[in-house]
Amino acid sequence: MSFNLAWYCSFFLVLVLIFVPIIGVTAGLEVVFGIIIPYLAILIFFVGMVYKVVIWARTPVPFRIPTTCGQQKSLPWLKRTLRDRLENPFTTWEVIGRMILEVFFFRSLFRNIKAQLRDEPSYPEKKRLVYWSSKWLWLGAIAFHYSFLVILIRHLWLFTEPVPSFVRLVEHIDSFFQLYVPAVYISGIVLIVALTYLLLRRIFDPKLRYISLFSDYLPLFWLLAIGISGILMRYFFKVDMTAVKELTLGLASLHPHIPKEHIGVIFYVHLFLVSSFFAYFPFTKLAHMAGIFMSMTRNLANNNRAVRHVNPWNYPVRVKTYLDQENDWREDMAKFGLPLEISVEEAKKLGKEKLEELADEEAARLYNKLSGNRHAPVFPETEFLRKQIKEE
Amino acid sequence: MAAIPKPEELANISFRPPGRKWMDTKPEFKEGTHCHAAAPKWLEWLDYPFPRSWSTYDEDWKLPKNWKEIFLVGFNDRLNKYRSLRLFMDICVRCGACADKCQFFLGTGDPKNMPVLRAELMRSLYRRYHTTAGKILGRLAGARELTEDVVKELYYYLYQCSECRRCSAFCPYGIDMADITILGRELLSSIGLGIEWAMASVGSCFKIGSHIGSPPHAFKDMLEFFADECEVVTGIRPRVPVNEKGHEILFIMPSGDYFADPGTFNCMGYLLLFEYLDLDYTISTFAAEGGNFGYFISHEMGKRLNAKFYAEAKRLGVKWILGGECGHMWRVINQYMDTWNGPADFLEEPVSPITGTKFENAKSTKMVHICEFTADLIKHGKLNLDPSRNAHIVLTFHDSCNPARAMGLLEEPRYIIKNVLPPGHFYEMPENTIREKNFCCGSGSGFNADEYLPIRLRGGFPRASAVRYVHEKYGVNHVGMICAIDRAVFPPLMDYWVPGVDITGIHELVGNALVFPGERERVVDLRKRPLKGKEKEAEKFLEEVM
Repeated sequence: MSFNLAWYCSFFLVLVLIFVPIIGVTAGLEVVFGIIIPYLAILIFFVGMVYKVVIWARTPVPFRIPTTCGQQKSLPWLKRTLRDRLENPFTTWEVIGRMILEVFFFRSLFRNIKAQLRDEPSYPEKKRLVYWSSKWLWLGAIAFHYSFLVILIRHLWLFTEPVPSFVRLVEHIDSFFQLYVPAVYISGIVLIVALTYLLLRRIFDPKLRYISLFSDYLPLFWLLAIGISGILMRYFFKVDMTAVKELTLGLASLHPHIPKEHIGVIFYVHLFLVSSFFAYFPFTKLAHMAGIFMSMTRNLANNNRAVRHVNPWNYPVRVKTYLDQENDWREDMAKFGLPLEISVEEAKKLGKEKLEELADEEAARLYNKLSGNRHAPVFPETEFLRKQIKEE
Repeated sequence: MAAIPKPEELANISFRPPGRKWMDTKPEFKEGTHCHAAAPKWLEWLDYPFPRSWSTYDEDWKLPKNWKEIFLVGFNDRLNKYRSLRLFMDICVRCGACADKCQFFLGTGDPKNMPVLRAELMRSLYRRYHTTAGKILGRLAGARELTEDVVKELYYYLYQCSECRRCSAFCPYGIDMADITILGRELLSSIGLGIEWAMASVGSCFKIGSHIGSPPHAFKDMLEFFADECEVVTGIRPRVPVNEKGHEILFIMPSGDYFADPGTFNCMGYLLLFEYLDLDYTISTFAAEGGNFGYFISHEMGKRLNAKFYAEAKRLGVKWILGGECGHMWRVINQYMDTWNGPADFLEEPVSPITGTKFENAKSTKMVHICEFTADLIKHGKLNLDPSRNAHIVLTFHDSCNPARAMGLLEEPRYIIKNVLPPGHFYEMPENTIREKNFCCGSGSGFNADEYLPIRLRGGFPRASAVRYVHEKYGVNHVGMICAIDRAVFPPLMDYWVPGVDITGIHELVGNALVFPGERERVVDLRKRPLKGKEKEAEKFLEEVM
């Protein structure tokens, strides 16, 4: 197995991210790593996410293109199951149901199947494609996202005083198994296991290794480093948690200060990894967190035939009209007894130019203004560039 | 044409990617691996950019001088017009869930046919020209320069995606490769790169009236011929109303239904059904094409062909439109027509004149699928059907990609099938290959070309493999389908992978089963094959009529 450049680069970048705060804090830059960078990171995260969402949101959705995965609503007597309604929504409520399934339960990933080309000596082609239900990726993804969410919620105790009861409740449930003192949080273990699985499949599945980029390995290493530094801090290299809370509460209440008591450098490593991760988040594939809500194959109802969808930039295209066809084939059409708008004799009298004019008139009558006309440009967005060539 | 290897060799597929990085591999334009270049004639007919003679086998594709600028301006324009494109470029996490869902990947093992990588071909350009990381880090960020080689690669692989959307059903974010493919093909066609089969069909449809380029009188003549054939088999000669004004319904079918067998038998099925109902309808020689190969080239071209539907409905003064069995035609009608060319406020909300059922799901578009129409007739007991006339058929049903994943037309055709076939004559293929998980025929989105047969057979392998399964297990001898491209491309696909399995449209089965008052005793089906138990009579009958 050979690691590629993307793997090495992302691994070493995370190593660098670990060493930067060690050097910085040793040099006495606690204010930079404890206050300035976290604030900057949060700012970048929010501004970045809003920027990203605004860019998506202001880009129009010209067509309503849901991917349908169940029976459509059609005839009044044709019964649809709940599954059909959630996988092929017709109403807004059904769309909301579909989105809940996607966002909270990763419905589409749960559909996953694995194809296998199996030997089948009795078939002339000697092979047969079979498909297995394959939920590992779904399980890994669910385990990772939910443990990450639980960990985020747990960390709220650092930023609140008094600590809200739901945070205490999550902490309590998360440390249900009292294996060790301090209590071991299950979410931390699940996170590390899930991330390791997600990383290993990228490395060991040849297909995935082939498609994986630097930006695919990087967040996995990054999150692993965040998780491991947190675990080390909690169970092994303990730091003064009162001092930590003093710092974090100061950040949250906008009265930031570095506590007098010394906090171990591992804390600053953890904090810097988290801060930099947040700052990195909006500009990468991780923006899928917000993007999934905007996916038009999921968040639109399959009711196109009942409710018209409007394309804000719909523009007229070049069309032909029925009269064009009749003008081209009039005599043959007459011979075969097809009804005509203009008889053969009359057409002869009118002449070519007049017939053209009539075709324009007919087109204007039959076609919607935004639909088309006989002289509209082709690919208007690049028409000027094509003209340039012609002129030269 | 390239020699086609034996099934055993073709099915020997490896899903292991090569050692070399994908950015360092180039497709080889050998015979049988790609569709041929479009001839200038069609582009001229369409006023399409840069008509010229060129060949995919040449090093020089004779691109226009400022092709790169046109491509990049077009790309930028589309990023600002289609949220889908921008979003799908941004949020893919390369989880690989789509990788083994594509029939072209399963059939060729070519890693660039994994939907994720096919999209990366475009995404790498997006990163290079629209993201800071891509501009600075280049290849490390997965970005690459737009070069002629990249354009050739896009041509190769975007025309190895049949826009079936199977990957989209499995993608956790619903990323729709079909949409990326369409937009990529738009960009290719804006610099004069198109495939012959699609461009010829589009040109003919635009200028003459249908993909097959049959002039209006020839179209009428064909329909009359089918009516004659109906009369031979059933003793009833259905009316063929063409371009007649003042009827209630405009019927539009794909040209595949009047062009070649077995689609033509399906057309006979339509004509017989309408005659049986004494339906007040007309067919148009101008809107003579339900299919829309324009949609396989660009959204704009799709709209240009589709515009005919409403214009012709207006000219002929009908109340609503009924559409035949076709796949992508129905994706266009269901998801695009009203947006492109509507509102169709001059039409009325469709109501079945026979059962009185309001098609409320089509109240804006005003176009009804014939399977919805016929299923409703059967439900209300309006058809006298004799399923025993289909007793020689053991059927499986191939869901067509677009009605399945861009519409959800799943139960209507099945309902019809169950009513026109004797009990125990219908078997489903394995669950993971039907309905929303169906496999494409391997020739969708403009791939019917002969020169492309080797790839079509590979792309069709997953579907054929599932047919093979029910063929062996239940003795299935027919695959039923509601798509004209399917009906055109399945025969060679089956001849190659599962010989002995025949293809049928659903309304052909309806035509067989329909009992007319005063008809002659049926001894053969619409294809003049003897009915079960009527072999002797059929022999005599065929001697008489042949």
